[in-house]
Amino acid sequence: MSPHIIPKRTYFLIFAALIGLTALTTYAATVDLGRLNTVIALLIAACKGSLVALFFMHLRWSGRLTQIVAVAALFWLAILLALTLSDYRTRRWTPAAEGWATSSNQFNR
Amino acid sequence: MSEGRAAALGEQFEDLEQQHEASSLGMWVFLATEIMFFGGLFAGYTVYRGLYLPGFEAGSHLLNVKLGAFNTAVLLCSSLTMALAVRAAMLGRRRELVTFLILTILLGLTFVGVKMAFEWHHDYEEHLVPGIDFVSEGPNGRAIELFFVFYFFMTGVHALHMVIGIAILAVLTWQASQGRFGPERYNPVEMAGLYWHFVDVIWIFLFPLLYLIGAHH
Amino acid sequence: MSTTAVEATTGVNYLNAKYGIRSWLFTTDHKRIALLYLVSITFFFLIGGAAAVLMRLHLIEPQGALLEPATYNKMFSMHGIIMVFFFLIPSIPAVMGNFLVPMMVGARDLAFPRVNLLSWYIYILGGLFTLYAILAGGVDTGWTFYTPLSTTYANGQVMAAALGIFITGFSSILTGLNFVVTIHKMRAPGLTWFRLPLFIWAMYATSIIQILGTPVVAIAIVLVGLERLLHVGIFDPALGGDPILFQHLFWFYSHPAVYIMILPSMGVVSELITCFSKKRIFGYSFIAFSSVAIAVISFLVWGHHMFVSGQSVYAGLVFSALSFAVAIPSAIKVFNWTATLYKGSVSYQAPMLYALGFIGLFTMGGLTGLFLASLATDIHLHDTYFVIAHFHYIMVGGALMGYLGGLHFWWPKMTGRLYPDGWARFSALVIFIGFNLTFFPQFMLGYLGMPRRYAVYPPEFQVLNVMSSAGASILGVGYLIPLVYFIWSMRYGPVAGPNPWGAKGLEWETPSPPPTENFEELPIVEEEAYAYGVKEARVV
Repeated sequence: MSPHIIPKRTYFLIFAALIGLTALTTYAATVDLGRLNTVIALLIAACKGSLVALFFMHLRWSGRLTQIVAVAALFWLAILLALTLSDYRTRRWTPAAEGWATSSNQFNR
Repeated sequence: MSEGRAAALGEQFEDLEQQHEASSLGMWVFLATEIMFFGGLFAGYTVYRGLYLPGFEAGSHLLNVKLGAFNTAVLLCSSLTMALAVRAAMLGRRRELVTFLILTILLGLTFVGVKMAFEWHHDYEEHLVPGIDFVSEGPNGRAIELFFVFYFFMTGVHALHMVIGIAILAVLTWQASQGRFGPERYNPVEMAGLYWHFVDVIWIFLFPLLYLIGAHH
Repeated sequence: MSTTAVEATTGVNYLNAKYGIRSWLFTTDHKRIALLYLVSITFFFLIGGAAAVLMRLHLIEPQGALLEPATYNKMFSMHGIIMVFFFLIPSIPAVMGNFLVPMMVGARDLAFPRVNLLSWYIYILGGLFTLYAILAGGVDTGWTFYTPLSTTYANGQVMAAALGIFITGFSSILTGLNFVVTIHKMRAPGLTWFRLPLFIWAMYATSIIQILGTPVVAIAIVLVGLERLLHVGIFDPALGGDPILFQHLFWFYSHPAVYIMILPSMGVVSELITCFSKKRIFGYSFIAFSSVAIAVISFLVWGHHMFVSGQSVYAGLVFSALSFAVAIPSAIKVFNWTATLYKGSVSYQAPMLYALGFIGLFTMGGLTGLFLASLATDIHLHDTYFVIAHFHYIMVGGALMGYLGGLHFWWPKMTGRLYPDGWARFSALVIFIGFNLTFFPQFMLGYLGMPRRYAVYPPEFQVLNVMSSAGASILGVGYLIPLVYFIWSMRYGPVAGPNPWGAKGLEWETPSPPPTENFEELPIVEEEAYAYGVKEARVV
């Protein structure tokens, strides 16, 4: 069992990139881009998360099985989000759903 | 098999490599559970953000982006020191390991401290804590309250994970100072590192979702 | 390893290696932990069963024979909570899985023995909270804890019961985690994935659900507790929340949880069918992959519990179609089991009777599930006794029959003793008859429109209800008979020997009961699973 040693330089480079992305996302949020704001914020977060996972958590050098576990967890999260939203995104398509939505959205007005 | 190796090996395992692979896989599977645990919260957040976007943006606007960004940097920094601690453990550098572990703990305490002393305390004084004395008038009042329910619950569960992590690291620091770790036994440090980085990743997503969605107003 | 050799020759095994209550409460031996679970879940089964007895007695008369309506509500809630979370979910995984997974993969223990013991303590802690909830006044929300009933309107010990379920969830997660790591990393040399017993594949698929589903219901229950405690409007429509979100989060776990109950039973049945047909399993890889397929698809169908809840009908369409898809891998299993029986030398010993009963009852339960997965018929059948009958055919006719079959099959391995086969066959028959008499009338009741969870009903339903209650008393007797002869057999049963059934599999190659370390020397596997009758043909 020989541990995989990564040069310190790599860690510092990744750290610099993470700080840079944090600054970028904080700045990008101050510009009004409409719906793109959320997309950009989440993309940057995904990049940062991937950097941490791949380098700090050594996922890049881990075995295939570990990588599958990580991907599977994200896949199941995607199932949860996608099928839950499949309900909320289509409720207004029918008149019956509209009636429900207006009564519960009264706090918006 | 040297004596150190024999002591580090659980009796259910054949060799150290099997033990290392098992504990690493076990930790990752545990993190998968954690992802789904936070995933339920993210799902709830997403649903209500979709239903009440203006209210969520108004709620987000009430948070302090600068403190949030500062804490993000603190946490990223602690991830760096944690990664360096794991590296030191693998190389068997005892003093370096202890130093980096202590640094990680201090940065973690800074995060939790800023969270509690500045942010949550400020929110409390502004009457923004749902269930205690939430006061928000106006058309979006209820939606803002829902935002703060998720804000406190998500950051609260995250902070709880931080506190648990700090406790684990404290034990590891003591063990490291006793010389319990070396190139043949660094599993506990590595596993704690995985956990710590995971908590960092959660925050990486919480920061934009909670602090930044209202920033452009 | 030398100690094990000594143990084997002197008759020392995991049961008599150490004595005293401490040697049990602080054990890390997976076999002893399995027995701890066996005792605990039997205790909870008796409590849940008692609640069922009271309910069926009450329903003998249209106006109710026994209980106040409010008490009736608490009875069905406690029955559901205890049977689902404290009996069925831990039943096969925590008892037989704990006992068998390390032995079947040829390991000395699970990957994390101390975590395994911890999971039992967590289970007990959760159980204590739930028992407190019963004794301190009960819960009347049903096992589903639907909002806003559970958050706003329900009186009683909702918090204690919710906390109990939350805590017990972690026990389930840790068991699943332990199994996944053990199956991946602790297999004996030569034991490739496609040489594994199908029980292991089933446990693996179950573990996936436990690991990825349980945390979501945990968070849903915490949110209920939070709302109940602080009156924040997470699920309360009056405060801007959406009660249906709770149903999404709840069923994201609780539908796959049905497969936590049934998949292990399917694994047990695969073992039983081959052993008592003395034949290789038909379509090994189909059964193996259908387990994994069921685990994955089970996460895509939860919305079929919510067709009439106010969920979007378009989402309902998607969930309906996906629900039909889960029938495919289930049917594949049934076809392969029946094909295995074909031209086998079938013997009808007690475990086999349970297995055959499982196939028939599970098929009934599965097919009626299709009625409920169709949007249009579900509007009529939703929340009627049809649903009750359907899921009891799955959870009792399926999961519980598999559990009892497995218990009869591996009992000689666990205790080293045989039980009286005649009584065992008799009880299998009694349970089969009692079960059908209890639940088949409920299909008819539901189809005629009798809603579930009501303490009273119109007089025209009385005949069917009395039939159901009569069946329940037969069923109760059927469950008590094994309880008696199992306890009897521990002291007076004939000594079983290492392999009383002539079965294949690593667990049958050690003495009964096995030594603490399972194997004198770790086995090396050179043949596929279920190599019944192929040894003669093979040139060694």
